[in-house]
Amino acid sequence: MRSLFMELIKEALNGSERAIAQLITMVENELPGWMGAMKQLYPHTGNAYLIGFTGPTGTGKSTLVDKVALTLCNQDWSVGIIAVDPSSPFTGGALLGDRIRMRDITNKEKVFIRSLGTRGSLGGISQATSDIIKILDASGKDFILVETVGIGQDEVEIAQIVDTSIVVSVPGLGDDIQTIKAGVMEIGDIFVVNKADREGADHVATMIKVMLDLNPSPNLWKQPVIKTIATENQGVDELIEQIMLHRRHLTENNRLAEKRKERIGREITKLLEQKISQYVHNRIKGIHRLEDIIEQINNREKDPYSCVDLLLEILEKE
Amino acid sequence: MAGEKKIRAMVAKPGLDGHDRGAKVIARALRDAGMEVIYTGLRQTPEQIVNAAIQEDIDVLLLSIHSGAHNHLFPAIVDGLKEKGMEKVLVMGGGVIPQEDIPNLKNAGISEIFGPGTSTETIITYIKEHLPS
Repeated sequence: MRSLFMELIKEALNGSERAIAQLITMVENELPGWMGAMKQLYPHTGNAYLIGFTGPTGTGKSTLVDKVALTLCNQDWSVGIIAVDPSSPFTGGALLGDRIRMRDITNKEKVFIRSLGTRGSLGGISQATSDIIKILDASGKDFILVETVGIGQDEVEIAQIVDTSIVVSVPGLGDDIQTIKAGVMEIGDIFVVNKADREGADHVATMIKVMLDLNPSPNLWKQPVIKTIATENQGVDELIEQIMLHRRHLTENNRLAEKRKERIGREITKLLEQKISQYVHNRIKGIHRLEDIIEQINNREKDPYSCVDLLLEILEKE
Repeated sequence: MAGEKKIRAMVAKPGLDGHDRGAKVIARALRDAGMEVIYTGLRQTPEQIVNAAIQEDIDVLLLSIHSGAHNHLFPAIVDGLKEKGMEKVLVMGGGVIPQEDIPNLKNAGISEIFGPGTSTETIITYIKEHLPS
């Protein structure tokens, strides 16, 4: 079993699609050994450049990702794509349909696409997304594109796990750019107005520029607003040019390293929180006075706030 | 949640016909049964379907076809999966498939063929009963 496992990691590092896919399944489902696999892979990460695509549903994110990946591929880069769609909170099922719009690249040798369900996580990406990014990174992908669910409001999380965030909008969403709300406006490094052949595209682009002028970015990067027609491949070259410019901006100002260090900081905090929460969960059941304490709180003889301090003391003593 | 594997199914339309109402109904039903369902869209080549199956690491593949090319396309997909080490995938077929073709398709590695009028429950039960554990 052990050697089979090592074999899988070795094959994934050599770029075997089957091995990469199996590792992703393992990590996504937290199957036994997943964390061990991540430990093995970690030294091989850090080489890929990470790009996030977010914005409301129906703005053409999948088609845009398809065209960006195709262009990168034609420039001889290898590309990994993570496409996230919502899971039902009731059944846990999900319909993952991003591949329908990614027709140009489904048969390209250098492109690996994985569809994910959100599986109960908020913020438009799934819990496992950053680990799956690492698997693709370790397997040697030059660029990794992450497409979020696109609920339009709670998408800030994506900006924390990628290097360049792209916010996609379209004309005709009503109420000017109501759909680009506070928060989303701040996370965009590049703004795209897709379906720019529709009426009102210039207006949306201007509105975004005005909003950006009101909130100048603190780090000398002036966020560009680009008009695209993804279905006709228009504006895609310009978008890629801006991605490369932003990448250079981050590298030259040492911002990329800082950004990635902040990411690592958040990541270890999160992992630590998970471990501590697991620990508390396991230990609290073992406290034999717990039933009594709950009874006393219910009778209003004690309050939950003081009892938590007491429980913490008991846990620390053990 | 940890250590619990979700069933991943892929609904694919090989061949040149554009009838995907049935495929979409099945995709929704499987989703409502708690599975993660990848839908590939219309007019996929066997090679594209096999590639997607590998990358998505699926457990079940449901092929729907109305063009009459099933005798050629279904076995090509099963062979492609075997060649890439995906022989454990449960492959099912549906659409318009004449009775007399079914034995040969089953010999070629299609687990079962479901014709028009099959209830979605029948399909879901079949998947749950036949998935390799």
